[in-house]
Amino acid sequence: MKELVEFLAKSLVDNPEEVVVDVIEGDKAQVLKLKVTSDDMGKVIGKQGRIAKAIRTIVKAAASKKGKKITVEIV
Amino acid sequence: MEEAVKEALKELRLENDEVEIEILEEASKGLFGFLGTKDAKVKVTEKVVPEKRAGRILQQIFSYMDLEVEINTSDCDDYIKIDLSGPDLGILIGRRGDTLDSLQYYINLSANKRAEKRVKFIIDVEGYRQRRQETLSRLALKLADKAKRKGRNVVLEPMNPHERRVIHTALQNHNEVFTYSEGEEPYRKIIISPKK
Repeated sequence: MKELVEFLAKSLVDNPEEVVVDVIEGDKAQVLKLKVTSDDMGKVIGKQGRIAKAIRTIVKAAASKKGKKITVEIV
Repeated sequence: MEEAVKEALKELRLENDEVEIEILEEASKGLFGFLGTKDAKVKVTEKVVPEKRAGRILQQIFSYMDLEVEINTSDCDDYIKIDLSGPDLGILIGRRGDTLDSLQYYINLSANKRAEKRVKFIIDVEGYRQRRQETLSRLALKLADKAKRKGRNVVLEPMNPHERRVIHTALQNHNEVFTYSEGEEPYRKIIISPKK
């Protein structure tokens, strides 16, 4: 799922080489922390968080297929 | 020369019409084929073709999701329709189509990135949008009937702009009711009201 989030972010930002996703494994859930440059923040969040919401929805769908619970945080 | 271009396309994973090619140096066979042979040098610049980029991004997403999806693209004048088909694609639709809407929104942004001319994409999965539209139109007529019968307003649940438009359109020429929307996105909803 890390690769998916990385890919989704890289296709939107101006500095794809600066996209980093850290995985934090919990007991039941996995947290993916997405980091981009400050210039690219708006490109992954969007007005009223619309882009972030779209990314989360796509990742949630992918995770549900694998029976996992995943949250995406943008840091 | 051709070989140099082919090589570059392979490395960039792009097709012919997605690049601009500039010849920097022609290849030379040299004298008698061995003195001073030179490889050709070309400069290949990516030119974003949104429909190609959209297809490629979708394919990549589906491979991460382990989904087998057939992608069909058709040009519909002012937008490009992308039809997805395959087994078990329910997860791409999501609840009331919210996954499909997210995917569509994401593709409209990512595929048009750095494009000179933006393209609007509409994505559908196994005819879901068409079916949903029919369901909504039927619902609209049924609720219009209820509003008329009871002589009071019928309030629908919140819907996105596209779905609201389907309802408004379905009842546009209705003789006994009129429709309007109330509230703020994303909770904006339609009211069907009997004409006095």
